[in-house]
Amino acid sequence: MSDDIKISIRNLYKVFGADPQAAMEHVRAGMDKADLLEQHGHVLGLKDINVDMRAGKITVIMGLSGSGKSTLIRHLNRLIEPTAGEVIVNGEDVLAYNEEQLRRLRRENMSMVFQKFALLPHRTVLENAGTPLEVRGVERHEWEDEAQKWLNRVGLEGQDNQYPHQLSGGMQQRVGIARALTSNADIMLMDEAFSALDPLIRTDMQDLLLELQEELHKTVVFITHDLDEALKLADHLVILKDGEVVQQGEPQHILLHPNDPYILDFISDINRARVLRVRSVMERTGEPRANIAGDVDADDTLESVIALSEGETGLSYRVLRNGKQVGILSVKNLVRALVPTDASDEGIRARAS
Amino acid sequence: MATYDFLFDRLGLRDWCEAGSSDGPMSMADLIGKSQGGNAPAPSIWDLPFPSMDALNDACPNFPQARELTKGLENGFLSIKDGLSLFLDPITQPLSWSLEAALWLFQTAPWWIMIPLLLLVVQLVARSVKLVGFVALSIGFLAFIDHYDYAMQTLAIIFVCAAICVLIGVPIGIAMSRSDTVQKITIPILDMLQTLPPFVYLIPLIFLFSVTEPKLYGIAIILYAIVPVIRLTNLGIRLVDEEVIEAADAFGMTSWQKLTGVQVPLALPNIMAGVNQTIMMSLAMVVIASLVSAPGLGVLVLRGIRNLELGVGLVAGLGIVLLAVVLDRVTKAALARVNAAQKH
Repeated sequence: MSDDIKISIRNLYKVFGADPQAAMEHVRAGMDKADLLEQHGHVLGLKDINVDMRAGKITVIMGLSGSGKSTLIRHLNRLIEPTAGEVIVNGEDVLAYNEEQLRRLRRENMSMVFQKFALLPHRTVLENAGTPLEVRGVERHEWEDEAQKWLNRVGLEGQDNQYPHQLSGGMQQRVGIARALTSNADIMLMDEAFSALDPLIRTDMQDLLLELQEELHKTVVFITHDLDEALKLADHLVILKDGEVVQQGEPQHILLHPNDPYILDFISDINRARVLRVRSVMERTGEPRANIAGDVDADDTLESVIALSEGETGLSYRVLRNGKQVGILSVKNLVRALVPTDASDEGIRARAS
Repeated sequence: MATYDFLFDRLGLRDWCEAGSSDGPMSMADLIGKSQGGNAPAPSIWDLPFPSMDALNDACPNFPQARELTKGLENGFLSIKDGLSLFLDPITQPLSWSLEAALWLFQTAPWWIMIPLLLLVVQLVARSVKLVGFVALSIGFLAFIDHYDYAMQTLAIIFVCAAICVLIGVPIGIAMSRSDTVQKITIPILDMLQTLPPFVYLIPLIFLFSVTEPKLYGIAIILYAIVPVIRLTNLGIRLVDEEVIEAADAFGMTSWQKLTGVQVPLALPNIMAGVNQTIMMSLAMVVIASLVSAPGLGVLVLRGIRNLELGVGLVAGLGIVLLAVVLDRVTKAALARVNAAQKH
């Protein structure tokens, strides 16, 4: 399990202010964010972050604005320097890198997609997509094909010689994604990449990302403040609040077992039927059972099962994965799962009090 | 007895004051005091003089008078002048050469080559037929009233000085944008250059260089006109979208790649606005510089003032306005093209 961990963040702290190291002593001594700001004028941006990100998976970091999620993602390629802690990428501590090694990491191992696209306005779409290779010193005629290929892949055929300002927001972000893909890095950092787009285009882009992911298996770190987006994309979900991780794990698990009222607030508004999957609420059993109304797949959403049952709560379904029975789902359990549960007692708030 | 005698007595400096005191040159106030007779009325609080250098000198003859300040400054400057020109002369010599060469070129080339050439430059920079027509009309008018030579001299000086302003100013602006310390040091100097009355910095230059050398007015024009291009280069680079800079960092650009590939191209509209201002200010200064032998339309304006030749002065003044409008329109058109190429 541990060998496919691509990025590992260990005990990461970030303090903003005039003398972070001095303030760090107070944090280690147990001072909390509000006191630190009041007594020492320093802002505790991130507190004791521990996250493992697995290779080839999408890790989503979710939190409201000010929760430190954008700060966190910038620690991975050291656009922001941490105050304390470790960031381990491919088994190497990024924080020990010198300037040259860091530049190579940024050029070859990590690419980034930005909220406001951050394209170079004076370069054409093709030149923008080719930027990562051009930066490495690759000749134009060599990177042109590669940039072209990825532009076509994200659905921008024939726009090569346009300038970014001539494209719509959604198309500009496609250029941003093509640029990240051209670099051929196996880690992709996406900082609220779809937040500036309108909802329909956002859905399109999410689908595009999932489709690309199916084919390319990049290690994606995705930042968002939108829970629906997080649940749609995440293999691993990290919820951040005031610079601390409140809960992390499989999205389905968080949804069914939230450990904090903060998360409860978050998840109370979403359409659970569309997000929850059969596998999360089924009863695990290989035994055949009588009165089965039909077969469903383990990865089906509850919504599709409700549609199948036509609202009849007395029914039970056999749950299959790869054609083999893995469990039984009764519609009664399904309906029960649609009601949000209270935060469990193991939540950090419960522990704190 | 002077008002501030007590000060020096208290400080025990009386001996130093009197030591070898040869009466220095008398100030005007002393003379007046003497001529009114020695029996001054008892001092009242209303007559209390400000403890200025002159008042303190009354009390203590060894204390310097105010005029010694200006004199000291002058002597100080004169004493370093030789050393300074030894150093400044060689490094400013290329300026003289380029000004002489430009003046020679603009005047020797016949008008039927020069005018089409200028129009071609306008067309290349601005890509506007209308503007080319306007420039042709303006130069044609100046030539028709026999001001062609003067106008060409003025243009030659401006071309050289503005080009040097850009060559020096843009790197200084870049240095300012990269370091807050450099910015903090440079801004007061720029403020001073911009507010110092232009006549004032002609004075030390006259001491340093011979009035017959073109570099004298060249330096004056450059010092006066370089400020906007420095300021706007600095501003332009600092205003480049932070997220774009972040993207450049995230893709591993070196700082040189970032400067040439991102910062300067994105700051170009601002830099061009600075160049426009620099050209306008060189034009303003070229008139004042005619006081120190700069040729061109300014000489005619000066003649108008000196000899009260109203017509000569006015026509030359209008000629300068016409040149200013031409230069402004052409650089603005170039600026608009840059802006159009990279609006967000």
